[in-house]
Amino acid sequence: MSESHAKLGFLRSYVFSTDHKVIGIQYGITALLFLFFGLCLMMMMRWQLAYPGEAIPIIGGLLGETLVDDGAMLPSFYNSLGAMHGTIMVFMGIVPLAVGAFGNYIVPLQIGAPDMAFPRLNMASYQAFVIGGLVMLSSFFLPGGAASSGWTSYAPLSVTATTGQTFWLIGMIFLIASSLLGAINFIVTIIHLRAEGLTFFRLPFFIWSQLVTAFLLLLAFPPLQVAAIFQLMDRLADTSFFMPTGLVSGGDPVAAVGGGSPLLWQHLFWFLAHPEVYVLILPGMGIVAEVIANNSRKPLWGYRPMVYSLLFLGFMSFCVWAHHMYMTGMGTTMSTFFQITTMIISIPSVIILTCLVISLWGASIRFPVPMLFALAFLPMFGIGGLTGLPLGLAAPDAHFHDTYYVIGHFHYVVAPGTIFAMFAGIYHWYPKVTGRQMNVPLGKLHFWLSFVFMNGIFMPMMFEGMAGVSRRLFDPTVYEIGAAVHGLTTMSSWSAWLLALSQIPFIINFFMSMRKKERAEENPWQATTLEWATSTPPPHGNFVEPPVVYSGPYEYSVPGASSDFSPQFIKQES
Amino acid sequence: MSEIVIPYRTEPHPLTGVTSGKLGIWLFLASEVMLFGALFSSYVLLRVGAAEGTWPTGVEAGLNVPIGTFNTLVLITSSITMVMSWASLKMGNPGAFKRYMGATIALGMLFLVVKGFEYSGKFHHGIFPATGWPGASDPSTFYGFYFTITGLHALHVFLGILVNIWLLVWGLALYKTEPERFAGRVEISGLYWHFVDLVWIFLFPLLYLL
Amino acid sequence: MNDPQYGWWLPPDVSVHGADIDFMINAIHWFMLALFIFWGGFIVYCLIRFRARPGHVAIYRDIEAKWNRWLEIGVAVAETVVLVVFAMPVWAKIKDDLPLAPEQDAMVVRVVAEQFKWLFHYPGRDGTFGKTGPEFYADDNPAGLDFDDEAGWDDITVRGFHFPVDRPVIARLTAKDVIHSFKIPVMRITQDVVPGMEITIWFQAKETGRFQVGCAQLCGLGHYEMKANLVIESKEDFQKWLDEEHEALGLDE
Repeated sequence: MSESHAKLGFLRSYVFSTDHKVIGIQYGITALLFLFFGLCLMMMMRWQLAYPGEAIPIIGGLLGETLVDDGAMLPSFYNSLGAMHGTIMVFMGIVPLAVGAFGNYIVPLQIGAPDMAFPRLNMASYQAFVIGGLVMLSSFFLPGGAASSGWTSYAPLSVTATTGQTFWLIGMIFLIASSLLGAINFIVTIIHLRAEGLTFFRLPFFIWSQLVTAFLLLLAFPPLQVAAIFQLMDRLADTSFFMPTGLVSGGDPVAAVGGGSPLLWQHLFWFLAHPEVYVLILPGMGIVAEVIANNSRKPLWGYRPMVYSLLFLGFMSFCVWAHHMYMTGMGTTMSTFFQITTMIISIPSVIILTCLVISLWGASIRFPVPMLFALAFLPMFGIGGLTGLPLGLAAPDAHFHDTYYVIGHFHYVVAPGTIFAMFAGIYHWYPKVTGRQMNVPLGKLHFWLSFVFMNGIFMPMMFEGMAGVSRRLFDPTVYEIGAAVHGLTTMSSWSAWLLALSQIPFIINFFMSMRKKERAEENPWQATTLEWATSTPPPHGNFVEPPVVYSGPYEYSVPGASSDFSPQFIKQES
Repeated sequence: MSEIVIPYRTEPHPLTGVTSGKLGIWLFLASEVMLFGALFSSYVLLRVGAAEGTWPTGVEAGLNVPIGTFNTLVLITSSITMVMSWASLKMGNPGAFKRYMGATIALGMLFLVVKGFEYSGKFHHGIFPATGWPGASDPSTFYGFYFTITGLHALHVFLGILVNIWLLVWGLALYKTEPERFAGRVEISGLYWHFVDLVWIFLFPLLYLL
Repeated sequence: MNDPQYGWWLPPDVSVHGADIDFMINAIHWFMLALFIFWGGFIVYCLIRFRARPGHVAIYRDIEAKWNRWLEIGVAVAETVVLVVFAMPVWAKIKDDLPLAPEQDAMVVRVVAEQFKWLFHYPGRDGTFGKTGPEFYADDNPAGLDFDDEAGWDDITVRGFHFPVDRPVIARLTAKDVIHSFKIPVMRITQDVVPGMEITIWFQAKETGRFQVGCAQLCGLGHYEMKANLVIESKEDFQKWLDEEHEALGLDE
């Protein structure tokens, strides 16, 4: 097998590969680069927020006059940064990392498959992702700048915006296509290519989370595809899907016939975007479950309720979208329906989190670096989830809608939530991919600094929102309330810059550790799941012999066993 | 590189009863249902929410029902020939496969040609996607919908034709070495083609008749 | 009228329905804090008591945690109570109970949002709004009044929002160009303003003061400075202000 692999040239092995492991690494590197870029955009914004109207240090002198005025940020640039930060982090950062990288690399290994069901489709997914990402990035170089109507691109603002918005729409079409193709691949792989003996309820929780995520991507993205096409038609062909009659822009009537509805965009957008937020969190929950089970040396508590909760959550995520639209003038009937579904959907989330927490009871807990991130995920996701409660009810939402409270809420879930889960996954599976362990003191430094500064950024935002400061403001001090609590804004900004610096130990660790001479053991975490049944890195085709599964995924500390872990791919003598 | 053998490419999986390719196309069609569902829902939402008399029926908007009906029959017939082409393969008759697949492609192209006539007729009368109906006061974006929805559908037909041409001209070589696998590919393309036909069967009454 | 004190928790509440909203916000946050302390405490306890050490073995069997089932049920019950007893009735009151009865003597005002300013359109002494239309928009006619309609001649269109205390206000909101959002934190009001729609809300203040109206939906480059001054004043002061505005129209000359 390795001979035929050696025959392939560099391009076929590393650039146009159909091997899920190579594609997973490609996704991972690309996504991490995009995440870092998205972080840089935000750091510039945080300067303007903390020191409104002041020239940006160093960078201010380098940017052109369409972006800055004497080094100080212009409102147009601020709005572009905001829209692109959100878009890049969500669609080009987290989803490709959580699903494209971790999913692609780990799923076939963890189910004992030689590769994904459709390797060439897999490669096509990655290529569509890269094209979409490049289209998005290239929009920064347009004369009118990148998209600037928020990652939510509400019409009519987005329809009358500069060309950057068209690039955003085209980029989205490619990114959506990438996710759709990937979703098909994941679902067929998980259903069809499980190893012998690997029944559904012996699957690691990570696989279940990827399966549900794939269904969400498959079924929720098409309406946004439609919406993007409608918006392109409105922008380029002067149709009026989202343009009502009688619009003016800058005093002049807009050249559209009218008869359309701005709220139609919102319905189509949020029909995707709500399931999308579950896409953002579920793979992370899956990784946290794996790391916690492994480092508590006992089975997960409530594995079955967790799986059923996952399935129920996936289904319910299609029924709550209009809780993003409570303030659009909706009547009591519709808002009642969505408040009820929103309250219902909090229950499976609580169940999953509670099961993970209870899994710690009666455990024997080790604290390697991945476990630190996985443990921190629990309270951080807890805060994020809990702050969703006042937002999910329409009456309190009247105060919190479009304030910093919302920004704090979703960042708690995604930043010290999902991103910590991603870090946990990187530290945990690094030895599988590279054959080396990451340096532990650097890892612990990375963890503690990140934990402190994540909270330093987002906890002040909860209070800013409570005070009534609106989001997406180029200069919040224009308002009395924003001026009164400006200290909170400055605190968030400094924490953001320090958080960025805190990633340096991680970056150094990530690259340095690859070149260590000392190799890690084959199964350094004494784990029970199938990805550890093969060599490091796994060969082309993953397993020399197709593995057979004999037990559940978390057989740790089995009474009477010879060691404190019983891998599911080894038959235990009873 | 593709030395690794991925199971269930040609034999069905015991749980689902189908090959991986077939499961894959069914999943793809599920996403397409969501796509066209969103299109239809948007049309319904805007039309139901609009004021009395601002949205035309198909006839009022100048859509030609006999031509639309003809196109519907063309697509339905092409679905039949598509099934026949697959059945020919299963019965070991590649010659019949070629004839039926050729007919499917030809009928698909006929659909697009007729569509082209319909579009150019509209353009001739000064009706474009941006045109409002009825006129200046209280217009609706019916034509925006008409061109966008039928355009997207036509794009799907076009892509289906391309796949079928590939199967007929280049793909057939696989029949000599792995007839079951090739028949599977034709079946998968057939499922997609039936779906595209089904969408039109909903589109035609929605736009032309209601 | 003092300067309002804005701090780290809720801003002052000068509205009639704000107390219900504030009660829900505070109650939910106490609930959240309780859950967080309980869960967080449990986690920390486990991390200490069940840390790996020589001789310590994890328990393989699932624990029979009946109390967890009670916790789940408790959370579900608490959420149901919040929803049915508080959230839905409060929201219904805000949305549906428009003070339309004549004895309620509501003041009606049109609010028109555009990039990047607010316009407040009062009906004037005849109590009737003049006809408006997008075709009449002009720099000196931001409300788009059709001056062929006499009812519009005495309409007052201003950039600052005045309304009297202790009297219901019905606001009819619309936008000219993009989606904006009418937000008055001290009144606990947020209402998206959507072009092509006229959305009606009502509110009533219980205290006077000077505050600000803001835009809470990204509307373009000037979104951050789309504020308007808000003056909630006594009925006498409000009438004085109306009279001054009427004078300024110069109708009686």
